[in-house]
Amino acid sequence: MTHPMTARPQSPAELFRAFTVLAMQGFGGVLPIAQRELVERRRWLTREQFAELLSVGQVLPGPNIVNMALMIGDRFFGWRGAMAAMAGILALPLVIVLVLATLYAQIATQAMAAGAMRGMGAVAAGLVFAMAIKLAPTLKKNPMPLALCGAAALATWAVVGLLRVPMAYAVLALGGLLVALAWRRLGRTPP
Amino acid sequence: MTAFTSADWWALFAHFLAMSVLAIGGALAVAPEIHRYIVDQRGWVDDTQFSAAIALAQAAPGPNLLFVPVLGHAIAGLPGALVALVGILLPSTTLALAASRWGERRRDTRGVRAFVAGMAPLTIGLLLSAGTVLVQPYARTAGAWALMAAAVVLSVRTRINPVWLIAGGAAAGAAGWV
Repeated sequence: MTHPMTARPQSPAELFRAFTVLAMQGFGGVLPIAQRELVERRRWLTREQFAELLSVGQVLPGPNIVNMALMIGDRFFGWRGAMAAMAGILALPLVIVLVLATLYAQIATQAMAAGAMRGMGAVAAGLVFAMAIKLAPTLKKNPMPLALCGAAALATWAVVGLLRVPMAYAVLALGGLLVALAWRRLGRTPP
Repeated sequence: MTAFTSADWWALFAHFLAMSVLAIGGALAVAPEIHRYIVDQRGWVDDTQFSAAIALAQAAPGPNLLFVPVLGHAIAGLPGALVALVGILLPSTTLALAASRWGERRRDTRGVRAFVAGMAPLTIGLLLSAGTVLVQPYARTAGAWALMAAAVVLSVRTRINPVWLIAGGAAAGAAGWV
């Protein structure tokens, strides 16, 4: 899959550096920055290759961006590249977040610090709800009817978020049912 | 952090291994389940620590999945952070590598497409659940609800960098509004 316009990294070390730079720019999510950095700036991937990797990354469990880093690294340098890219995306941010956590733990008893953390926590909850809201329009392209998708999302919310049923049961039961329904739908209409 | 036995270490590791496999749609999708296990069932961290871990990971650079090692850190220090991180990564990375070699050409088969389509509504429901779990420690203060609502609206309506929202939340909280 070579393209005249695409460049390639020279070594796993370059992959590590590139993904470190990428991760350090990504506050509250790295994906939009990945597209800019990997496709537009470094030209390691075409737009189509990026979209392809993203859709594969979304099918898989695990964070999309880590899955993408692995697959990109693997494409260029096999498993060494995969490890280099993944380490790049995780190592420095891990150190930073643990330092922050340690600092916070030391001042957590002070009223102002505890207040700040409550404020941050409330915003964090809001960001997660916003993520769900922003994903909702993608259901319009789902082969299943929109009403059914909405009902399934709300049912999952009720069962896991409100009733606190262990997630494995919910995923197996609801997920199994939905995948089966989607399978039937896809068989009926030609793609 | 008192008397973490070797059985506890295995339980911690095994829990995050399982979460890794279930984390379709990202690590935040399994946040409710992680909460159910480590807060409700084990009592290793409390509600506030749990929400703080996710807030910290969102405030810091890098993938949001880093809330997992922060939780591990709160439970059992640096070794806890590493055990949690390796646990949440090992199965999913192995799968990603295998899938990458298995080939994107099979991405358009009916089975894969049915899987993606079927899991999509579930992922949204799981994110809503994660938000619900996160807001729980603050559910009694009006200020927290206002902050959360503001974060939802700004994040959906604008392209503002989330780090500013988190910083705003920290400032409002430090001022005693939450």
